Amino acid sequence: MSKQEWPLYEVFIRSKAGLSHRHAGSVHAPDDQMALDNARDTYTRRSEGVSLWVVRSDQIIASDPAENSAFFEPAEDKIYRHPTFYDIPDGVENL
Amino acid sequence: MYTQGLDQAGKDRRVAAETEELLNAFQKRVDAEEKIEAKDWMPEAYRRTLIRQISQHAHSEIIGMQPEGNWLTRAPSLKRKAILLAKVQDEAGHGLYLYSAAETLGVSRDQMVADLLSGKAKYSSIFNYPTLSWADIGAIGWLVDGAAIMNQIPLCRCSYGPYARAMVRVCKEESFHQRQGFDIMHSLCLGTAAQKAMAQDALDRWWWPSLMMFGPNDSESTHSAQSMAWKIKRFSNDELRQKFVDVTVQQADFLGLSVPDDELRFDDETGHYQFGEINWQELFDVIAGNGPCNKQRLEKRQRAHTDGAWVREAAQAYASKQAARAAA
Repeated sequence: MSKQEWPLYEVFIRSKAGLSHRHAGSVHAPDDQMALDNARDTYTRRSEGVSLWVVRSDQIIASDPAENSAFFEPAEDKIYRHPTFYDIPDGVENL
Repeated sequence: MYTQGLDQAGKDRRVAAETEELLNAFQKRVDAEEKIEAKDWMPEAYRRTLIRQISQHAHSEIIGMQPEGNWLTRAPSLKRKAILLAKVQDEAGHGLYLYSAAETLGVSRDQMVADLLSGKAKYSSIFNYPTLSWADIGAIGWLVDGAAIMNQIPLCRCSYGPYARAMVRVCKEESFHQRQGFDIMHSLCLGTAAQKAMAQDALDRWWWPSLMMFGPNDSESTHSAQSMAWKIKRFSNDELRQKFVDVTVQQADFLGLSVPDDELRFDDETGHYQFGEINWQELFDVIAGNGPCNKQRLEKRQRAHTDGAWVREAAQAYASKQAARAAA
């Protein structure tokens, strides 16, 4: 057993130019470069990506699911932010 | 490759803080087909069941490299060798996807590895059988990976998000494994009488252990009901086993091979194949550690881990040195 567990990195893959990076999973590695190498070997054996990001999991700041309602609720009653809220009179086009 | 319906009795007791209200709200989310994510509230028993199942599944992938790795140096052509190498590499990859899914539940990688090496953790019984001929590599891909796919496709819809996502990736790759296995069997069956006999011998030895991969009969499978309610499991052991038999017998017919079961027959009424009784004692013996290769598999894994220690230490030393330099 290694005396100290290697840090965990989250892996994000851009599957092709023009698309965003998307979370794929995670790898352990002793440093950033080896994290990239491990991520390539683990997650892109079939040309799944043209770009890889790895970021240490302990560096990610996440919202707390237990606070979800308080955190996201303020957006819920503002349906006027969506275009579907508005009635378009008959006869009006290209709006 | 696969997690087996072993249903070991876990200590799935309820934790004090799990109020009726929380449990009901959780079940409601599951019933509504909402995915549960890593940081969401979940019952302790759900967490433990998943840790057990996912880590067992990961260990199976890691140990599963051994029976196939046995033939890497003796594959009959460069093409077959390259394919087998890719497949064995995939098994390692599957193990890693799954370990990372299990880690989201709060168990450490080192702990899981330690449990495998100490023999505490289980892995699928199928990998405790030897690969005696090249045809066994065909039979593993066709039957063992075929059985694994039956089990794993529904896991892509499992209620736990990280596990479901890992399984989507695994299933895509597993399909290649099954086809390459069938391709090996097909080539052998089109070959000389001796080659075809080799394929038949492999089928004879791998058929029953493959059926055992689905785990005990539903009537004996005590934890299944809870896993079904939690939507970790979507189909019962017997349902999946029946599906596997139905599709595989037809493939064996195509190959001109005979399935080693005197009681096998197609039932017009049900539209399914009926098959003979599985030797459950054999399964329980293998799970208890007394299969043909249990000892060998574990020793080889332990040795690989020990022999690789210097690589891990060197990587760590290099990383520490680089970090110290950057800080200076």
